[in-house]
Amino acid sequence: MRYLPLTPADRIAMLAKIGADTVDDLFIDVPEAARLAGPIEGLPAHASEMAVERHMSALAAKNVSAGSAPFFLGAGAYRHHVPASVDHLIQRGEFLTAYTPYQPEIAQGTLQVLFEFQTQVARLFGTDIANASMYDGSTACWEAILMAARVTRRGRSVLSGGLHPHYGEVVRTMAKFTQDDIISLPAKMVAEADDAAVIAAIDDKTSCVVVQYPDVMGRIPDLAAIAEAAHAKGALLVVVVTEPVALGLIEAPGVLGADIVVGEGQSIGVGLQFGGPYLGLFGCREKFVRQMPGRLCGETVDVEGKRGFVLTLSTREQHIRREKATSNICTNSGLCALAFSIHLTLLGGEGLARLAGINHARAQATFERLTRISGVSLMNDAYFNEATLILPRDAREVVRELADRKVLGGVSLGRLFPQGEGLRNGLLVAATETTTDEDIEAFALELEAVLEGASA
Amino acid sequence: MSDINAGGWRPSMGEAGDAKFTTSSGDYGLMLEEALSFELGSPDKCGVDLDPADRAPVAGLGKFLRKAAPGLPGLTEPETVRHYTRLSRQNYAIDLGPFPLGSCTMKHNPRLNEKMARLPGFADVHPMQPQKTIEGALEVIEQLADWLITLTGMASVAMSPKAGAHGELCGLLCIRAALDARGEKRDVVLVPESAHGTNPATAAFAGFKVESIPATPEGRVDVAALKAKLGPNVAGVMITNPNTCGLFEPDMKEIGDAVHAAGGYVYCDGANFNAIVGKVRPGDLGVDAMHINLHKTFSTPHGGGGPGAGPVVLSEALAPFAPLPFVTRGADGSIHLVEEENASEGHAQAFGRMVAFHGQMGMFTRALTYILSHGADGLRQVAEDAVLNANYVLRSCEDLLPAPFADSGPCMHEALFSDAGLAEGFTTLDIAKGLIDEGFHPMTVYFPLVVKGAMLVEPTETESKAGLDRFIGSLRSLAQRAKAGDQSLHSAPHFAPRRRLDETLAARKPVLVWKGEPGVPGTPSLSEIGGS
Repeated sequence: MRYLPLTPADRIAMLAKIGADTVDDLFIDVPEAARLAGPIEGLPAHASEMAVERHMSALAAKNVSAGSAPFFLGAGAYRHHVPASVDHLIQRGEFLTAYTPYQPEIAQGTLQVLFEFQTQVARLFGTDIANASMYDGSTACWEAILMAARVTRRGRSVLSGGLHPHYGEVVRTMAKFTQDDIISLPAKMVAEADDAAVIAAIDDKTSCVVVQYPDVMGRIPDLAAIAEAAHAKGALLVVVVTEPVALGLIEAPGVLGADIVVGEGQSIGVGLQFGGPYLGLFGCREKFVRQMPGRLCGETVDVEGKRGFVLTLSTREQHIRREKATSNICTNSGLCALAFSIHLTLLGGEGLARLAGINHARAQATFERLTRISGVSLMNDAYFNEATLILPRDAREVVRELADRKVLGGVSLGRLFPQGEGLRNGLLVAATETTTDEDIEAFALELEAVLEGASA
Repeated sequence: MSDINAGGWRPSMGEAGDAKFTTSSGDYGLMLEEALSFELGSPDKCGVDLDPADRAPVAGLGKFLRKAAPGLPGLTEPETVRHYTRLSRQNYAIDLGPFPLGSCTMKHNPRLNEKMARLPGFADVHPMQPQKTIEGALEVIEQLADWLITLTGMASVAMSPKAGAHGELCGLLCIRAALDARGEKRDVVLVPESAHGTNPATAAFAGFKVESIPATPEGRVDVAALKAKLGPNVAGVMITNPNTCGLFEPDMKEIGDAVHAAGGYVYCDGANFNAIVGKVRPGDLGVDAMHINLHKTFSTPHGGGGPGAGPVVLSEALAPFAPLPFVTRGADGSIHLVEEENASEGHAQAFGRMVAFHGQMGMFTRALTYILSHGADGLRQVAEDAVLNANYVLRSCEDLLPAPFADSGPCMHEALFSDAGLAEGFTTLDIAKGLIDEGFHPMTVYFPLVVKGAMLVEPTETESKAGLDRFIGSLRSLAQRAKAGDQSLHSAPHFAPRRRLDETLAARKPVLVWKGEPGVPGTPSLSEIGGS
């Protein structure tokens, strides 16, 4: 077995040192009835690297990868070009195979990266501070709601109808058990985000309003107006960003008055990976720092006065506070945070702005072409790199038929909101810098054919 | 550090070889310092070639446009590669030596795992593609699920939790949902005092009250105390097995039977499943739910603190409540994705959703690759070698470092020592920091809380005997120095990229972000600390 360094002679010598006859003598605390006599039956034995590679490659080949077809999916996970150096650097063993930086003297690499990451996230979001990352955007969203409740000492949250439905489901699932009061506004297929409905739902019991920016249908809410309304009633504005590349083009939520900004960092550096591991981003006002969930990295000095970094404020965390912790979270997404940080370092502020401009331009080209198809119209007034098309029939079927024609043509609102009313004909379409003119033309021709009822 | 070489050579630097010798750069041969990316880069630098957009923003976007590009420094590719490569060299890693963090478990990360996870068919697939374009991905999830179910002897598995603590939450929410379905309100969860901090935190997060169960002098759960607490208000117990003292809980079945008889459920913290994989099936011990940390038992990389992945195996009693989405295999062998859209068809009791999309797919491909490489026989050998290595460390050091539970028999995957018997003023911390100077990562320290000055050493199965002998040699040497009162240990580490860091300062006035102007060297945030 190529991963097990002990030789049979080593095992004999070590058992002699221990004073045991066989290795099974080391398992004597396990009740005899529960001890398995040999390898579990019905499972295959060990396999060579070549054999495993063959097995896994065959499974991978059953998937249609995004790069192998015209591809227009978004809905909280975006396909961007990741520079080759990002993946090379995260595979350096000193990053890849390090554990949580519990011993800061020999983990300054990880810790400095986290400090740089926190600074990048805070600057991107326009917040004072940010943490060292969460599991993903959806769990960060729920943690933000809990944090808002701790800060305001109120228990009612308002979710915009433009919040990603998976995020909404995570929140409602968790709130069911914690008894938090969640008001979920309905998703509607209209040109503008539901700012007015969100503002109307705020009262003096509201802990926070949760608004996605851009929202799940690609619309852009007016955060400044919502922030003002929320603050007037003593509530916090929680903003969710699932496409951080957008912040290269549109104003940072913190600048517009958001109190807590959370997001999904996948689109910078991480890749699609069928949904995970992803990267939860979490930024907020500095005055809330002791109510924050998750790991924080802070600057300090060593005994010689040299600048260094440590995990800090751990008195908020489960390993110290146990049942009184701000969250049960233990792991962050260190490696994904590293990938995000490297990609953003390669881009820089102006590079990000340029990338965002390209994304928006590719989306414009996509929607200009697709709305020339008879019966297809654009729902949004404003959008970044994703918007909702209104089709003449149920978009779920259209997506499946497009797949038969080797086009990955977006995400249907019917799949995102199975209970939603009046959304069936909505198709969420995203474009990025990876979208070519040929992709757009192929999508348009196949969509036209599908809508005309041609058979594949 | 950016300001170190500002003054050039100074007479106070001393002669080479003398203790005060310094270099003008602040670097010492291959020991390299590195400034922050914010001090090195500038916002107008870019390591990605991007042509300007070919059209102006749509009119509707006008009022939303940002006024200035974000103040983020950029670096070209060579500068970026150098920055992160230099930083990487300030990290200890399993690739450099053993990482004997008890109960955290850091074993070798096979590189085939990395290669497989990067196949475009896995890495470049969107979670919401139509099902017929992702059948291979669903099959990976199903195959891994099948292995986990078989290895644990359980009925089902919830794959989506993002990490161990998230898996704990999933298991407890299944218990809540099952109790709700029975129409019972039970609000207490019993947790042994030796448990990981995540256990009580998770129980509280899930809305339960936590009651603590004491440990016996032998380092096990006090079964009598546990039974005395059982009653109509107890939803369940959370037991770590093997436990955080590195010991198997021999009364697990008896505990499970008693909890079930009282109407509760048994949650098992499976952090230490690596000690028993292929040797014992938790399903045979009355467990209702157990999370498996894929990085601990199945070698997925932990990348400096995550990502994790925490699938939860479930008993028949809890299986119907598993969260969405999940993958099922029909009688005809076909694989189906169950999510909100179709959950009402036979899965109406699912308690909801814990994450967007499907969980840690990139970890699933790695874990499945690891499992297929080992097979049923290899996984059994993994547990045996892990336990053998731990007992070898235990018996090689117990004459110098007290091992509180060693008299009661062998340990499982980790050896537990205490700092009793060191010279006055010497503690676990001195041993740990001394290990850094010896070129090793320290063990887990001051955990579990039930042992004073705990040192929890988990070598894992991927250490060779020669490697263990070197580690043991260092640990013994440090124990002897600490017993002899060697003062130099108090100032260890002497040879790491940093000496002991001031954690009190970091917490008293937190500096969590860099506040300077990009591209301008200096550390204004530090001077703020100094002023406090």
